[in-house]
Amino acid sequence: MFAAATAALLATLALLLARAVMGPTVFDRLLAANTIGTVAVLLLSTVGFLAGRPDFLDLAIVYGLLNIVGTIAVLKFFRHGSLGE
Amino acid sequence: MSFALDILSWILLLAGGAFCLVGALGMLRMPDFYTRVHAASVTDVVGSLAILGGLALQSGASLVTAKLAIIWLLIFFTSPAATHALVKAALERGVAPAGGEAPSKR
Repeated sequence: MFAAATAALLATLALLLARAVMGPTVFDRLLAANTIGTVAVLLLSTVGFLAGRPDFLDLAIVYGLLNIVGTIAVLKFFRHGSLGE
Repeated sequence: MSFALDILSWILLLAGGAFCLVGALGMLRMPDFYTRVHAASVTDVVGSLAILGGLALQSGASLVTAKLAIIWLLIFFTSPAATHALVKAALERGVAPAGGEAPSKR
């Protein structure tokens, strides 16, 4: 069953990647990148269970934290034109 | 009891995978940016909750479940905030919805 969930998440990643490549505006690409980050966290969790090594969850937590910082930084750049004072 | 938990967790995992797939399909097929945001929220909220819930049912009461809960809280609180900031930035930059005009600057 973990394999089925992993396969579904991989297909999701492929579709999101297509949107990130096609996306007409930069915001479409950003939305796709943000969702790819979320799906990567889920994929790491399921792969950890699939391999019988739930230690992968630590990596998933780190990916989640990096994802937030990256998205907020890029958005701040687009709204204000710079990353701060 | 354990078998019932297994069945429930399988259902949750399959449903989570299906929701993620449907959300990605919506992001690929929807006509403009604002509707794509709507499709992405399916993957972010329902898909992640179902998959992490299914994994938590497999691991029982342990440290692994606590880590899964932390990941879920992370996604649940930050993903809508990032989406909100994204849409607000798009509004201020004047991205037009399909079949409509770009919103006026305030």
